[in-house]
Amino acid sequence: MLSTRSLHAPARQCLRQLKTPHRFAPACQQARYLQTTPESEKIARFKGTKGSDGKYTVTLIEGDGIGPEISKSVKEIFAAAGAPIKWEPVDVTPTLKDGRTVIPDDAIASVTRNYVALKGPLATPIGKGHVSLNLTLRRTFNLFANVRPCKSIVGFKTPYDNVNTVLIRENTEGEYSGIEHVVVDGVVQSIKLITREASERVLRFAFQYAREVGRSKVRAVHKATIMKMSDGLFLSTARNVAKEYPDIEFDAELLDNTCLKMVTDPTPYNDKVLVMPNLYGDILSDMCAGLIGGLGLTPSGNIGDECSIFEAVHGSAPDIAGKALANPTALLLSSIMMLQHMGLNSYADRIQAAIFKVLAEGKTITGDLGGKAKTHEYANAVIKAL
Amino acid sequence: MLSSRHVLRAAAQSSALGLQCAKSAASPIRNYATVSADIFKPTKFGGKYTVTLIPGDGIGAEVSESVKEIFKADNVPVEWEQVDVSGMETGDKHSEELFRESIASLKRNKIGLKGILHTPVERSGHQSFNVALRQELDIYASIVLIKNIPGYETRHKNVDLCIIRENTEGEYSGLEHQSVSGVVESLKIITRAKSERIAKFAFAFALANNRKKVTCIHKANIMKLTDGLFRNTFKKVAEDYPTLETNDMIVDNASMQCVSRPQQFDVMVMPNLYGGILSNIGAGLVGGPGIVPGCNIGREIAVFEPGCRHVGLDIKGKDQANPSAMLLSASMMLRHVGLDDHANRISKAVYDVIAEGKSRTRDMSGTATTHEFTRAVLDKMEAQ
Repeated sequence: MLSTRSLHAPARQCLRQLKTPHRFAPACQQARYLQTTPESEKIARFKGTKGSDGKYTVTLIEGDGIGPEISKSVKEIFAAAGAPIKWEPVDVTPTLKDGRTVIPDDAIASVTRNYVALKGPLATPIGKGHVSLNLTLRRTFNLFANVRPCKSIVGFKTPYDNVNTVLIRENTEGEYSGIEHVVVDGVVQSIKLITREASERVLRFAFQYAREVGRSKVRAVHKATIMKMSDGLFLSTARNVAKEYPDIEFDAELLDNTCLKMVTDPTPYNDKVLVMPNLYGDILSDMCAGLIGGLGLTPSGNIGDECSIFEAVHGSAPDIAGKALANPTALLLSSIMMLQHMGLNSYADRIQAAIFKVLAEGKTITGDLGGKAKTHEYANAVIKAL
Repeated sequence: MLSSRHVLRAAAQSSALGLQCAKSAASPIRNYATVSADIFKPTKFGGKYTVTLIPGDGIGAEVSESVKEIFKADNVPVEWEQVDVSGMETGDKHSEELFRESIASLKRNKIGLKGILHTPVERSGHQSFNVALRQELDIYASIVLIKNIPGYETRHKNVDLCIIRENTEGEYSGLEHQSVSGVVESLKIITRAKSERIAKFAFAFALANNRKKVTCIHKANIMKLTDGLFRNTFKKVAEDYPTLETNDMIVDNASMQCVSRPQQFDVMVMPNLYGGILSNIGAGLVGGPGIVPGCNIGREIAVFEPGCRHVGLDIKGKDQANPSAMLLSASMMLRHVGLDDHANRISKAVYDVIAEGKSRTRDMSGTATTHEFTRAVLDKMEAQ
């Protein structure tokens, strides 16, 4: 397999393949019969290289509120696991340049150089005309796909067991195009923008991701009965892209049905990758998080052409900042997604196993999960489990 | 004369600005947003109400049959005016005509019971008849009641919430165009007048039904102008209802809260699309679309239909459908016209049959057919 690929791929990429056999793929779910996407055709592959010390440099945006505490846990656990990662902390406090909200050039340069970043929660300043930092980051690096896996955590009981969903959301257009205007006083319109180009890109990524994580089905979620042209375009693009991936089963489902079925019983979605336009993805990914116990337990990855940013999607919780009460699990799981993206799967698996072990034991868990442990006690327990 | 004209104009202006307060609501001027005083009743002829019945596609025919049978057995003074409009692509030019007929019938009778019409996904297909009907009749407020049915266990207990959804604008405006090939725009329209009237409706509904809290669902952090207008209008209207608790929540958070702690919600009011999403999430919480009743109310016309709007094409004609949603919607209709005795008898029988658990349809993990379930409800009513 490798040798045939090397015929039409540059030798440089071949070497990387040897290092990174199963990018993205959690070890627990490998399906061998799926094809692999040739490296050269991959969307959003990781381009970073190791430095002279044998480590990858990763930009670290610690974030606000509880951000520094949970970032510290991640750093400690990574150090204990011996992961070949060197952190490069940057400040992303927004500045105004020519009347627009921008993030400092240093931060942009760092992410561009390292191709990958880990990000804690940022407090979105509330006020008119202020573009949220998350949106600024998304636009700066053209992070077109948001990957949101949700997996039930053993040891944390919710009304739903055995949830294991993967949801991919188009991240650049749709309802969040930001094009809005007042037509006359009291009449406002907002434009949902769907383009074939952006739809194609996220759909292709979804199929590719399905292969990587060993899922054999991709399902597009839409509302093309009502929005015949916009969602219709997304749907027809999906049908076309699906033809390029004959090993993946493709189908489509109406948004209403997805909502209903997921809440009734989410387990039929365990073998699928769901892909959808922006707003639906936003709502459904948070709903899935609700199924397993909230945003404190779910990772998230923002995939771009060049760079990718992995983040905790929960808030910055300023009320408990500095009190060592925060739960670093979401950021930890995001960092594991990051390791998988970088092809460092063995480290990812080890750390993930340790986290799940500590959570399942339930002895040293943080207050939000019903425990009494402090942030650093939890981190220490994970290190011990390593 | 001069002064009274002045008062009228001032009231008109203030309401046009969305500032109409409780005092001016008592004035004879009715605008888009005067709602609370709009409780109307269709008229009776020969001691009977004429009700438009649109069975709809999918399971519609079967569950409507069940309603008709039960109404007949209970001697409900209702005369059906049935219109078999269908949204299926039959290639029949007749469907548009039937659709016009159903509109005319509803305009005449002011009240209707409706199943769900199918909407084709194909781009060449017609616009959704369901949406067109709501827009045409201006039945702007959709009410969906999400409540645990006693005796039927689901993952969540003590759910009792009510979703009020704007039905005539927002994402369902139907305004779409292709700027160039591969670039499509779809317009979401939010107006202050319609936001105000749905907000007023929600508050009036909460008061009339002894509810305590109204939550506004929006995405104003991203759609600052459209959802911002909806939210701000809601807040302004809320000032007129100091006895009710109000709050607002972003739609993604609301969806998450709905599946983790749905007990916190009471009345929720929201624009069109979010209503579709949350009513389905809500239905999932309490046992599916087969048991969730709903209605669409306008200033003059009320159309009652199952709350979470599923056609059920997959089980069409198999005698598996659960008629509870349609039966409960029909009893909501009876309450609406003041036939409370009949309504209570029918809904109690439905609840009792479900609670007993001997005769449940497949969606409630039973084995009963639609006919058997209907029979069980009839028996229960006789025994009462």
